[in-house]
Amino acid sequence: MSAAKPLKKVGEKSWGITLFAFLYLAFLYAPMLVLPIFSFADQKVIDFPIKGFTTQWYEQMFAKEEMHKALWNSIQVGVIASVTATLFGLLAAKAITRYAIPGKGFVMGLISLPLFIPEILLGLSLLIILNVVSIPLSLLTIAAGHVLLCTPFAMAVLVARLDGFDKSLEEASLDLGETGWMTFWRVTFPLIMPAVVSSLLLTFIVSFDEFLLAFFLQGTEQTLPLYIWSGLRFPSNFPPTLALGSIILVVSIVLVVLAEWLRQAGSGGGKVNVGV
Amino acid sequence: MSSGDYIRIEHITKRFGSFHAVDDAHFSIKPGEFFSLLGPSGCGKTTLLRMIAGFEFPTEGEIYIDNQPVTGVPANKRPTNMVFQSYAIFPHLDVYDNVAYGLRKLRLPKAELDRRVKEALGMIRMDGFERRRADQMSGGQRQRVALARALVNRPKVLLLDEPLGALDKKLREQMQFELRMLQQQVGITFIFVTHDQEEALSLSDRIAVMQKGKVLQIASPRELYESPNCREVADFIGTMNFMPGIVKAIEPTVAVVEVEGLGLINSPLPADYSFATAGAEVLIGARPEKLDVVRGAPHPGEKGVKGTIGACAYLGDRNHYQVTIEGRAAPLQVATEQGDRSTLASFSPGEHVTVSWGDNSMVLLPKT
Repeated sequence: MSAAKPLKKVGEKSWGITLFAFLYLAFLYAPMLVLPIFSFADQKVIDFPIKGFTTQWYEQMFAKEEMHKALWNSIQVGVIASVTATLFGLLAAKAITRYAIPGKGFVMGLISLPLFIPEILLGLSLLIILNVVSIPLSLLTIAAGHVLLCTPFAMAVLVARLDGFDKSLEEASLDLGETGWMTFWRVTFPLIMPAVVSSLLLTFIVSFDEFLLAFFLQGTEQTLPLYIWSGLRFPSNFPPTLALGSIILVVSIVLVVLAEWLRQAGSGGGKVNVGV
Repeated sequence: MSSGDYIRIEHITKRFGSFHAVDDAHFSIKPGEFFSLLGPSGCGKTTLLRMIAGFEFPTEGEIYIDNQPVTGVPANKRPTNMVFQSYAIFPHLDVYDNVAYGLRKLRLPKAELDRRVKEALGMIRMDGFERRRADQMSGGQRQRVALARALVNRPKVLLLDEPLGALDKKLREQMQFELRMLQQQVGITFIFVTHDQEEALSLSDRIAVMQKGKVLQIASPRELYESPNCREVADFIGTMNFMPGIVKAIEPTVAVVEVEGLGLINSPLPADYSFATAGAEVLIGARPEKLDVVRGAPHPGEKGVKGTIGACAYLGDRNHYQVTIEGRAAPLQVATEQGDRSTLASFSPGEHVTVSWGDNSMVLLPKT
C-alpha cells in the first residue's frame, strides 16, 4: 500500500460532492425565491423579464383590513395550538422517557400518526365528527385540528431533550427531600426550557402555515393561509398575495432557525462531563 | 445515637422480570459504620443501594433504618442522602444553590440556611466556590460539592454510589483519605458501593462482597483477605492460588488436607467448616505473598516443595514468580518482597528452587 496514492484526509474538499449539494439545495429552495422576486416586480402578471422595482404590493397588502384580521386570527390559533400541543407533548415525553410504559413504541406511533395520514382525510374525518356532535366550526375547531398535527413535533423535540439529560439529576432532587411535582419545577423544567421554547416556536409555525385542516374546519373567520387562498381568485389580488407570502416565508424561516438553535443550545446543559 | 443494629436489610430480593438483581440479602449495619458493598458490575450492589435510598423497591423483604421500617417509603421521605456516581450536580444552579437545595425545603431562616451552607462548604474546603457552576469545576470539586449537598441535610445514612470511579488514580487516593476523615468527623453511617477492592479494603469497617445478586461474605477487610469463605471472595479480593485437595482428617484446630504436589497440609479451620468432612474434596488457598521462594531448604519451621522458576515479573516493591511444581498442572504464583538492592532479581527462569510456606497461612475453602 505504500506506493498507492495518499488517502484523502477527512475534511478535504471533494468538488463532485460539493457541486451535487449545491444543485440539490438549489432544486429545493430556488422555487421559493419566485415569491420574493415577483413581490417586488412592478407588473400584475407573473412573467419574465421583470419590468421594474416597486413596494406598492406591500403597501396594498398592509392596507387591507381583512389581512389584519386574518393575521390576528392565525396568531390566536397558533398560540392556542402551540401551547396546547407543547403541553401534551411534554406530558407524553415525560411519560415515555421516565416511566416503563407497556407498548411505548405503539403509543409514540399513535401520537405521530397524524403526520402520515393524508391531511385531506384527517380534515374530512374531523369535520364529520364535529358535525355529528354538532360543535360549531370556529377558530377553536381549527386550533383543535392543529393540536393534532403539532403534538408529534412537540413530543419529538421534548423526548430528545428529556432523554438527553442525566436522570440522576431528578433522583438527586428527590433524594434531597423534594416531591416529584416540585422536582419537575426546580430541576426538570429549567433544564428543558430551551426545548420547550423550541417546541412552542416550531408548533406555532406548523399551525401558522397550515392550510388544509384549516380549510375543512373553518367557520366564518379566516386564518392567513385561507385568506391567501381566497385572494388568489381575483387577479388584482395576486401581487399583494405574493408580498404577504414572502413575509410569511421569511418569518417561518426565522422562527424555525431560532427553534433549531435553541434546541441545540439546550442539549448540552444537562450532561456535564465527569472528567477532572 | 443508639447502639446495636442501625440499618437492617431483611431478606431483600429484587427481581426484574425473571432476573434476580438482588437475591435474599440479609444483614445489618451498625451506627457510624463505614460499610461497603463490593462486587463486579452487575452484581446487584447498586440496586441494593438504590433500595436503601428509596429509588427502587424490593420484591420481597423489609428495610429498617434507625429501627423504622422504610420499605415502601419513597426517597424524598427517607433519612438518607446519596452521592451519585455522576455527582448529579444541578447544572442550572451554582455551588451555593446546589448545597442549599435540600435545606430550602425546610424553610429555614435565611441566616441559618446561610450558616449551614457555609459550614458544609468549609467542611469540604470549598469556601469561595459559592458562585461556581458544575461546568466550571473539576471532577474532584464536583465530587466534594455532591458530598456537601448530601451532608448538609444531616442524613442518618449517607449512600455513596461509586463516587470515586470517575476520578484519576492520584485524586482517587486522596479523596479516599478525605472521605474516611470526613466520615469520622461527622459520625454518620456511610454505605459505599464500589467495584474496586483496594478502595473497599482501605476505607471500610466492614465489607459485603456481592456476586450475581447474592451476598457472599460480610466481614472486616482483614478477615475478608485472610479468611475468605469461598473461592469467589478469595478470587475477587487479591490474588490466590487455588489447589484442589482431599480432606484426610479433621483435628481440633486444623484440617489435614492432601494437596496434589504439595503433600499434607494442616490448614486452620475456618468459622464454618461443615463442608470439610473426611474424604471431601476441598480447595486450599494460598496468597502469593504468603509463599516464598528460596534456594535449598525451606525457612525454618515451614514446609517446602521443589520447583522450577517459570515467568518472572519485576513490580518495583516486589517480584512475581510462577513456579512450576512437579505433579501439579497449574504453576504456583509467588510474590516475594523486594529486599535490599544486592538481591534484585535474585531468581531467573529455569532456576531450581524451593517454595516455602507455613501451614497457618493456608486457607481452607469449599470446592465450589
